[in-house]
Amino acid sequence: MSSSIPEELGYSKEHEWVAGLDDGRVVTIGITAYATEQLGDVVYVQLPEVGSTVQAGDPVGEVESTKSVSDVYCPVSGEVVEINQAVVDDPSLINSDPYGEGWLFKVRTTGEAEELLSAEEYAALTAGDS
Amino acid sequence: MSRTTPLHGVHESLGATMVDFAGWRMPLRYGSESAEHRAVRGAAGLFDLSHMGEIFVTGPAAAAALDHALVSRVSRLAPGRARYTMLCAADGGVLDDLIVYRLSAEEFLVVANAANAERVAAELAARAEGYDAAVADRSAAHALLAVQGPRSAEVLAAAGVAGDGLGDLRYYAARPAKVAGVEALVARTGYTGEDGFELFIAADDAERLWRALAAAGEPYGLRPAGLAARDTLRLEAGMPLYGNELTTEVTPFDAGLGRVVDFGDPGEPREFVGRAALEAARDAADGPRRRLVGLVARGRRVPRHGYPVVTAADGAVVGEVTSGAPSPTLGKPIAMAYLTGRAIGRMIGNVADERIEGLAVDIRGRHEPVDVVDLPFYRRNR
Repeated sequence: MSSSIPEELGYSKEHEWVAGLDDGRVVTIGITAYATEQLGDVVYVQLPEVGSTVQAGDPVGEVESTKSVSDVYCPVSGEVVEINQAVVDDPSLINSDPYGEGWLFKVRTTGEAEELLSAEEYAALTAGDS
Repeated sequence: MSRTTPLHGVHESLGATMVDFAGWRMPLRYGSESAEHRAVRGAAGLFDLSHMGEIFVTGPAAAAALDHALVSRVSRLAPGRARYTMLCAADGGVLDDLIVYRLSAEEFLVVANAANAERVAAELAARAEGYDAAVADRSAAHALLAVQGPRSAEVLAAAGVAGDGLGDLRYYAARPAKVAGVEALVARTGYTGEDGFELFIAADDAERLWRALAAAGEPYGLRPAGLAARDTLRLEAGMPLYGNELTTEVTPFDAGLGRVVDFGDPGEPREFVGRAALEAARDAADGPRRRLVGLVARGRRVPRHGYPVVTAADGAVVGEVTSGAPSPTLGKPIAMAYLTGRAIGRMIGNVADERIEGLAVDIRGRHEPVDVVDLPFYRRNR
């Protein structure tokens, strides 16, 4: 399996992606294809509550697979404005479409974001390790 | 540096996610481990188990030596039959769980877990001293493939079995056969809770047999399956994994496997290593020190190895999870756990599992309710 890494997204070292940083204050967050390949079949997702306040770097949820469980970190600070109920109901969407239907939650940003990696930098981070 | 099996190149070409396991580089999964699991339950799966240890015990006193070394009387096996048994320490602790195949009157094959193979070979050699028997660890020369699942017999037949075929081979029996032109010892054994076969072959033949089985099995829905599926399959089937349910800290009785211990006939006790301790474990007035139970989580978070089992009422620790995973067949998290501790106290010795109520598992700080159930979680229709 090879990880695809969309050019237009920002990436955290904890394998989250962030979309919409440039054109608005509401960003969409998910986990990368590389992360899903490491996890295997995702069977359970716990997401932050809508309306909750999150700080960049905080663990805000968890993703559980057959063999392991991982925290989901929020790479930006702000308020959670929407969660992806479809992925809660069918966690396999994270495996099948991590950058699309498998998105996790949206945050209205209020403060600074974590230092995010470019696609190129994220590719370097995960190279030779998958 | 981990060792690789003779099928390493095949796994890589299939794009397997590889993982270090018991000193070996093994395939964890080829694609979706849940799909691999379901293939074994519904059709068939192909496994590389070449990491397992193959230890041969031969000689006029091979049977007597093994009777002394193991908790079972393998001398009672007819040639061509197999038995699940254990190697225990003098204090009754489990050193490994094994399958012993009697190949002929004076020849036995002992299959040990990869992590324990060297220790088992050394221990068997020590315990065979004074017997006219030789112990040889031939793990490196052997590969082991398994075809598991309800369509396994069809898959082997399609691959081509010389002679009378294997349809009449009984469960826990083994015999030499030529499969797809490869000389194999074919056993009707497995670790998945399904019908299936394990094929012991020369390491050099591994790739040829793998490719033949994979091709022959494809029309039947056979797919390669990795260690992740193997673990959820055996967990659903309530089968212990050494290092999780079985350790040197537990006796076969703790694990609910006291039936494998053979103390001899009435009026004719037999001697074997660990007898005194195991007798004491069997006869303990207040039941075993701990008891292995099955847990089904009510929620969706998964109890995992090492998590504490607690009382839902006050959070008192009453046990520990040994293995846990989301069950593809049941659609919920399942686990095996040892219950100990005073909160449950004497009742664990004599109460049916489903009567133990009010337990939870501490899953990273949150107490998630679980129901105690009888093992196994899954039993195939025969």
